[in-house]
Amino acid sequence: MTQATPAPDPRDRGGLKQPMLIAQNLRKHFAVKGAKGKSVQAVDGVSFTVRKGETLGIVGESGCGKSTLARLLLHLVVPDDGELVFDGDKVGAPDGIPVNTLRRQVQMVFQDSHSSLNPRMPIRDSVAFGPFVQGKPKTEARQIARDILGKVGLSADLFGPRYPHELSGGQKQRVNIARALAMGPRMVILDEAVSALDKSVGAQVLNLLRGLKRQLNLTYVFISHDLNVVQYVSDRVLVMYLGRVVELGPVDAIFERPRHPYTQALLGARPSMDPTQRIEEPPITGDPPNPIDPPSGCRFHTRCPFAEAVCATKDPVLGAVTGSAAHIAACHLQDPASGHSRAGQRSVA
Amino acid sequence: MTEVAAFAHDTADSEESLAPRVRSYWQNVVDRLARDPVTLFFGALLAAIILAAVCAPWLAPFDPYKEGIVLRLKPFGYRGHTLGTDELGRDLLSRLLYGGRLSLLMGVLPVVIASAIGGTLGVVGGFAGGRVNTAIMRTMDVFYAFPSVLLAVAISGSMGGGVMNGMLALTLVFIPPMCRIAETATVQVKSLDYIEAARATGASSLTVIRHHVLGNVLGPVFIYASSLVSVSILLASGLSFLGLGVRPPNADWGLMLATLRQAIYVQPWVCAAPGAAIFVTSMCFNMVSDGLRAAMDVRL
Repeated sequence: MTQATPAPDPRDRGGLKQPMLIAQNLRKHFAVKGAKGKSVQAVDGVSFTVRKGETLGIVGESGCGKSTLARLLLHLVVPDDGELVFDGDKVGAPDGIPVNTLRRQVQMVFQDSHSSLNPRMPIRDSVAFGPFVQGKPKTEARQIARDILGKVGLSADLFGPRYPHELSGGQKQRVNIARALAMGPRMVILDEAVSALDKSVGAQVLNLLRGLKRQLNLTYVFISHDLNVVQYVSDRVLVMYLGRVVELGPVDAIFERPRHPYTQALLGARPSMDPTQRIEEPPITGDPPNPIDPPSGCRFHTRCPFAEAVCATKDPVLGAVTGSAAHIAACHLQDPASGHSRAGQRSVA
Repeated sequence: MTEVAAFAHDTADSEESLAPRVRSYWQNVVDRLARDPVTLFFGALLAAIILAAVCAPWLAPFDPYKEGIVLRLKPFGYRGHTLGTDELGRDLLSRLLYGGRLSLLMGVLPVVIASAIGGTLGVVGGFAGGRVNTAIMRTMDVFYAFPSVLLAVAISGSMGGGVMNGMLALTLVFIPPMCRIAETATVQVKSLDYIEAARATGASSLTVIRHHVLGNVLGPVFIYASSLVSVSILLASGLSFLGLGVRPPNADWGLMLATLRQAIYVQPWVCAAPGAAIFVTSMCFNMVSDGLRAAMDVRL
């Protein structure tokens, strides 16, 4: 998606230069019941920024911590460590903004369009709930709901009084988008928002999201395991593996010149549309390691075709790849001083 | 006919005058009930029983407390005593009608109070989770350790007989199961995304509970409560039977069964009347509760 020209927003405090959201060293470990001292390291020291008006795509395998990260960004899950800075204000700090202020400006659309709607509530009430909680009178909240339902392509007269079980998956996801937008957010986290929809409906919803972004001047964090969709919507892409960021960069750089072996493997696993370009062998073997007991050093070394002794002992740091400051990767191959025998070579794939 | 009525109802809501008729959840429940003759039959029977108990002063052919030494244990239809007379010569039909008032009261009131208290505790515990939940649920488990009949007898016995103490004992007996039902339903609802979405609006826990949890928890609580009523009537009868609930000469089905028990070798039929009343009423509550469950507990 193209960078939208930002209209002046009274809530915009830091200006265009100030990132919308800075996540610093976010960490969340879930204690494992019955195993003392063991924990699932769902998100382990993740740092990134979301720029105003961009779409940041987050990709990774199932269980790599994408959804936990999304919930951390809204404080729906309280981080063990790390901090969030929203438009220059630290979230939850005495001199920053409280969590509730963050939640008014950041909203989320969940993957399961069905379970994210109250089955006993007509959808107009579900959509009006946010504005109502913000303190708007009931009639005004309902008016907002009507407007927003129209914006997502659902007639408020026709669909407003209906219940979720009377709607199709695509319609329900539109309601979920409406519910998020009714809060008047500046940033929307889309957690696998189109993954559960079939392709054609998903494409319609994607186009709707794209139009809404332009119309309402939104910033998106787009979480998905579908690389094609991420490539289509994102300005920048963040690749996660086992709770860590392994690569982050502009969408073209990530998809054309991936630097981390994991990103290369992910892209290599995409089915090609060209029948002459067959995949010879599976690029990654095995399942992702158990996040309770992640591998030492580089977490990917157990499955990496370029792994050497250094990868198992030394933790690679996220560093700029050669030739591009905006493109960073956490791999010893990228760091000539890492001790990896093939470090610093231009291309390994 | 119902179509027209429903449409008229919709147009009254000026906003949706052009909208096609959209059925609400409760309209669907009523529809399904209307197509369930068994539930309707038992519902009507139940309504008749309740109505008869309420209107006892007008329906009863005799004074339920008037004794007559020569009229003791007379058979059905003896001199206008349709159901005969009891061991003190009182008219059985009149006593049955009056007895229904106390029996139904002791069946319904403890369940209503227990639903309110147990339901609240369960929702709070389930939603809060952690230590609050552990504290509430483990306390309930203590009560669970005793069989319900024994617990009711023990509480009622230690506080002495009487209607009030009997109802208090029954209420205490029903709070733990109500609490557990509400807690289970709340925990189930709490893990769904729409609660998370509601929290993401910045709403307080109380607001989230009021708008999103209660509506989804009340269904199971209500269904379970309606099935508890029959248990409550039986337990109340049991307490009265043991001399712990209603005291003579007040009429109560359980107490009548207890006193007429001694006459069972002389006149077995009179003893059957209060027993049948308890049985039929309990059945009605069970069948209606089953029907409601079927009508309300649909997969949405």
